Amino acid sequence: MPRGETEHRYRSYLITGFFILAIWYLLARILDSIALPTPLAVFSAFIAGLADGSLISHLSISALRVFYGVALASSLAVPIGLVSHEEGVDKFVAPFVYLLYPIPHIVLLPLIILLFGIGDLSKIILIAIIVFFQILVTTRDASRNLSINYVYSMLSLSASRRDIYKHVIFPACVPKILTAMRISVGTSIAVLFFVESFATRKGLGYLIMDSWSRANYPDLYATMVSMALLGFGLYIVIEKIEKKVCRWVYI
Amino acid sequence: MIKAKDITKRYPDGTEALRDVNFDIRSGESCSIIGPSGCGKTTLLLILTGILKPTEGKAVIVGKDMSSPSKEVALVFQNYGLFPWKTVYENASLGLELRGLNRKERKEIVTSLLSELGLKGFENRYPNQISRGMQQRVAFARALALNPKILLMDEPLSSLDALTRENLQNFLLRLWKEKRMTMLLVTHSIEEAVFLGRRIIVLSSRPGTVIRAIDNAEMGDLNYRTKEVFFDKCREVRQSIDTGAI
Ligand SMILES: Nc1ncnc2c1ncn2[C@@H]1O[C@H](COP(=O)(O)OP(=O)(O)OP(=O)(O)O)[C@@H](O)[C@H]1O
Ligand SMILES: [Mg+2]
Repeated sequence: MPRGETEHRYRSYLITGFFILAIWYLLARILDSIALPTPLAVFSAFIAGLADGSLISHLSISALRVFYGVALASSLAVPIGLVSHEEGVDKFVAPFVYLLYPIPHIVLLPLIILLFGIGDLSKIILIAIIVFFQILVTTRDASRNLSINYVYSMLSLSASRRDIYKHVIFPACVPKILTAMRISVGTSIAVLFFVESFATRKGLGYLIMDSWSRANYPDLYATMVSMALLGFGLYIVIEKIEKKVCRWVYI
Repeated sequence: MIKAKDITKRYPDGTEALRDVNFDIRSGESCSIIGPSGCGKTTLLLILTGILKPTEGKAVIVGKDMSSPSKEVALVFQNYGLFPWKTVYENASLGLELRGLNRKERKEIVTSLLSELGLKGFENRYPNQISRGMQQRVAFARALALNPKILLMDEPLSSLDALTRENLQNFLLRLWKEKRMTMLLVTHSIEEAVFLGRRIIVLSSRPGTVIRAIDNAEMGDLNYRTKEVFFDKCREVRQSIDTGAI
């Protein structure tokens, strides 16, 4: 991407940020309630959290949980989605996906705790289950909708099945897979506050619940800002990877 | 060399694309196939390369029944069959890579072929970054890199402008004369069929079947396009197509 374009994008992020802050400020002034502190109050709570190191340690624990959750989900969903290219596999995968996808997986929490205990593993697995379906559905759609002509083109070069996966099905699906992962990051951050609301004293989700129960609204909002920044950071990282790996899409 | 024996193809949805197609192409011969849109030309090439199985009949290539793609046959696809996620160089060398040639061997063959085809300097571009004429030449490079005995082409020049098209027609004619490859060219253009085909096979509309095979012994010269006998041949082909109702 040309340099000017990148600068332009960062400028528009900045403008949007200011816009959100302005509305927030006005709303806080109009409502004049402790439930919505002004940006300045939240900002100083945010700085205080950073200064005593607590916010950073909660944030890094949450980031790791999200990372492991998405990594675990992808490592299962991507291969299954790719081999759904085969009619025979898809016959089994499709009904499974569409039966289990719509249920609210959060209700599986008691079962997961029973199976995996109340530690980090349960939290990661719950995140993984929720984003697993997002990634699987997208990958499956991509591999199913691949033009048969690409496969013919490979066959004319006497390619093996493995060659076809390596040179066609996988590279063709990578852009969709990365998009799905970007969306999954957002989803998993949104479920943090749920999975971190039990049996832990670490993580942004815990911090939200904690400051809420203490009715410490500046802290609550400072944590939400951290979540937003975490999501934004991971989003940028995946987008960078996308730009690098899928150069052919952006030309 | 290439033999189509009573080939009939019905797709699973019941579409009958080909019916009782028979012809025989000798080694080193160049043959054009012409027929109306949708008459099963692509289907026929996919069967001849062993990618699709005929419902009835069989394709025999160099004495062997075609059941899976053969190393001696290369196919240039209708929409070039290039992979948008691979660069020009990667596309052109893919066939060699799949055959297990190492990096150095591939480079030797592909680099010289690309520059012969006027693609030098474009090796690292993606297909979407080059013109259609260039994409077409990449598709030729990929097929020719395999040094095939038999080259099958599916309307390779149909979406090109007249000038590029004539250039590539000349290129194909020279290729045929130098390498004595067996060539089978599917085309929509009567002039192209006559310019490049030592024999011209005319197919009916769907389900495609051979209406006529026209001998064209006078071809083989770059000046053929300007000769009287060229126009006579074109007229003959046009008439046999007309009676076959497009
Ligand atoms: N996979 C398929 N399933 C069902 N019908 C098909 C399939 N592929 C092609 N057909 C049909 O078979 C017929 C022949 O198709 P084919 O692509 O071989 O024609 P063609 O002569 O190459 O056409 P064109 O000149 O447009 O390239 C068409 O009617 C087409 O719609
Ligand atoms: Mg066709």
